[in-house]
Amino acid sequence: MRTPRSKRVRAATSPAVAAAVVEIGFIPTRAKLIEVAAFLDRVERHGVAGDFRCVALRAAAALLTDGRGRRARRILEKFSDPTTEPETISSGKAALGAWRGVPPPLKHVTPPAKNSTTSRKR
Amino acid sequence: MRYIEPHGHMVSRTTDDYQAMVMAGCVAVCEPAFWAGYDRGSVEGFRDYYRQLTEYEPARAAKFLLPHFSWLCLNPKESEDLELARDVLALIPQFLDRPNVLGIGEIGLNRNTRNEMTVLERHIELAVQYNQLILVHTPHLEDKLKGTNLIIDLLRSHRGVKPERVIIDHVEEHTIERVLDQGFWAGITLYPDSKSSPPRAVDMLEICGREQIWLNSACDWGVSDPLAVPKTAIEMRRRGYDDDFVDAVLFRNPHRFLSQSPKFRIGDSSAG
Repeated sequence: MRTPRSKRVRAATSPAVAAAVVEIGFIPTRAKLIEVAAFLDRVERHGVAGDFRCVALRAAAALLTDGRGRRARRILEKFSDPTTEPETISSGKAALGAWRGVPPPLKHVTPPAKNSTTSRKR
Repeated sequence: MRYIEPHGHMVSRTTDDYQAMVMAGCVAVCEPAFWAGYDRGSVEGFRDYYRQLTEYEPARAAKFLLPHFSWLCLNPKESEDLELARDVLALIPQFLDRPNVLGIGEIGLNRNTRNEMTVLERHIELAVQYNQLILVHTPHLEDKLKGTNLIIDLLRSHRGVKPERVIIDHVEEHTIERVLDQGFWAGITLYPDSKSSPPRAVDMLEICGREQIWLNSACDWGVSDPLAVPKTAIEMRRRGYDDDFVDAVLFRNPHRFLSQSPKFRIGDSSAG
């Protein structure tokens, strides 16, 4: 039996490399996190925060700060189809990025009313 | 720096890309058969495509002194028409003895349907029958985890399949460990918006080790970067990895897997 890869995590690198991981990675990651925040604000502003993908995104984002490791893996699992049997028929459509579960009936999304209190500068 | 691009859909790239890849150190490119962006309407459409992969594209790459190899199959996106799939699979053996054909690929699943599973199984049987290497595409996004598990189970259930002769591509953090633990090779695809980024790819190397893993750009007609593999070398160097590590991952690993086909010869005796 092979030793599972997860049991063979590589030791930490030198302090200089560790510092570089932060120096190089922080700004791009900060930018992506703000993009996430802005996206969540945007979908609320446009009244589509209930879209199953947005719901999935918020649920996945919660894993970022739960204090546990393997965040990338767990977030990918969170978005994944948890079923195990092959699909009987093809939807003919592309994957959407988050598992929809049992498809709900199509619901028309109402755009924000013109007199909405949410102001938008153009 | 030298590297192998083990997965690039060059029929949809420009000659400028060939030039840029060679200038960046590419010493071989391998091109799996893939979906054209539309479903081909007949078996003759596939015959033309296989001729393109085995005649025209190697000649185009040769103008840039770049050895070109290919893999043949019917893409999983076109597996729903079982009758067409049967005819295409009957065509493939006519091309397997072409000098640049390395194996059957990229086969696999797209939306994890029963018909896709049926065609995947037929491809596996074809590869075993003709002693071909296998390159497997795993599904996109939310379908990847389930699809990867179905693929692994199917491969493991076939007694003729040798895991060390199979690469399961497009792994991510939630699939790579099962692929490697089952003895298969794992391919990490570097895409701008999906699959993996260079930093995440190096993370996976740190977590899983560098054995039995290759990196590829899977560049095609979509959002993709034919130089994604050499760009990942920059991320490796930023993290303190030396030339030997970069060479092992970007050149020696794919060379070791691909050399299981006697046709993969690129005239370098220092491949280790």
